[in-house]
Amino acid sequence: MPSLKSFRVRIASVKSTRKITKALNLVAASKLRRAQEAAVNARPFAERMERVLSNLGASMVGNPGAPKLLAGTGRDDTHLVIVATSDRGLAGGFNANISKMARQHIAKLTAEGKQVKILAIGRKGRDALRRDYGRNILDTIELGGVKAVGFTTAHEIATRVLDMYEAGEFDVATIFYSRFQSVISQVPTMQRLIPAEVKQAEGAPSVDLKGAIYTYEPDESEILADLLPRNVAVQIFRAMLENAASFFGAQMTAMDNATRNAGDVIDKLTIQYNRTRQAMITKELIEIISGAEAL
Amino acid sequence: MAEKFQFDLVSPEKLLYSAHAEQVVVPGVEGDFGVLAGHAPLISIVRTGLVEVKGSEDGDLRIFVRGGLAEVTPAGLTLLAEEAMPFEDLSAADLDGRIKNLEEDVADAKDDRAKNRASEALDQLRQVRALLN
Repeated sequence: MPSLKSFRVRIASVKSTRKITKALNLVAASKLRRAQEAAVNARPFAERMERVLSNLGASMVGNPGAPKLLAGTGRDDTHLVIVATSDRGLAGGFNANISKMARQHIAKLTAEGKQVKILAIGRKGRDALRRDYGRNILDTIELGGVKAVGFTTAHEIATRVLDMYEAGEFDVATIFYSRFQSVISQVPTMQRLIPAEVKQAEGAPSVDLKGAIYTYEPDESEILADLLPRNVAVQIFRAMLENAASFFGAQMTAMDNATRNAGDVIDKLTIQYNRTRQAMITKELIEIISGAEAL
Repeated sequence: MAEKFQFDLVSPEKLLYSAHAEQVVVPGVEGDFGVLAGHAPLISIVRTGLVEVKGSEDGDLRIFVRGGLAEVTPAGLTLLAEEAMPFEDLSAADLDGRIKNLEEDVADAKDDRAKNRASEALDQLRQVRALLN
């Protein structure tokens, strides 16, 4: 039977673990609120951009003069996979889910005989992919020091991706991130960045022009050529914001579970501790009584 | 008093400024253009420069913007800018730093396209810098 002391030590240790998980849970909750706000604030820009793009893009698709960012390079040989995760763990399945989805996609591409290059945003994604696809990883962008995701960070990544595209280093770019649905549900999502996906804007509110038509200054194709690179940055920015909100949501849930679990363990240990203590008291009493009786 | 219209200035991070204004002068790539209420629908690329807002609730103000898009609809004017700040907050030292960076970019540009782009941005920034004195 374990000694009373070892029980006391274990209970104390689980209690301090519970304090930590509880604190992390509260921190994640407050950071989640800020991350959610940032995601909501970023929406108007992305929506308006998308609306203009889909207006312009729809007319340009299939046009021989369409910009390369919209039409693609005409090849489909080299894929750039951008995996956006977090730098830290303790967030349940958050990083694992994104990495898993990315890994399946990479496996599929490799099976089709395509070349895959990986750009990891966040350390955890790189760690998860390093074992299987270490040779394909170009670089990792660490977010360690960055407190809140700023557009500048996204812009830098976009510039880099666009430079690589200009240099013909890849044909198709996809980004993996986790879409924030609610505190308890984050959906790993795959989105194609290059060539740009032009969808008919359903969500974005359309504007009634009252019969008038837009004047473009300069012409449509030039606006499109200016807008598409910006759009890549905006999309990356959006993915990073969604990711930040998802991360804190996942962390909050995970830490909540851990806190509750620690509580259960403490209860169980306390019961065992008390039982052992009583058994020892009983044993000592029996010893005394039987000793007295023997006299 | 002139009729007012809705003016929104949006950055990728948030809605920066929203007001009713009588007139807004936007630095388009093909020249500045003034927007009054009832302007015809227009989409234009915006160059680095100053947006002048006249007759808004906050009086007249000037805002520095870099890179973006202006969209005029019957509902009003929306300006999507990658970066924006009030003209008063702009510091000469900051601008000089950027101009220097761009000068280096022009010098380092590998091909004509990159060179054109950098020198265009440089010209625009220099114009703003000239206004600051």
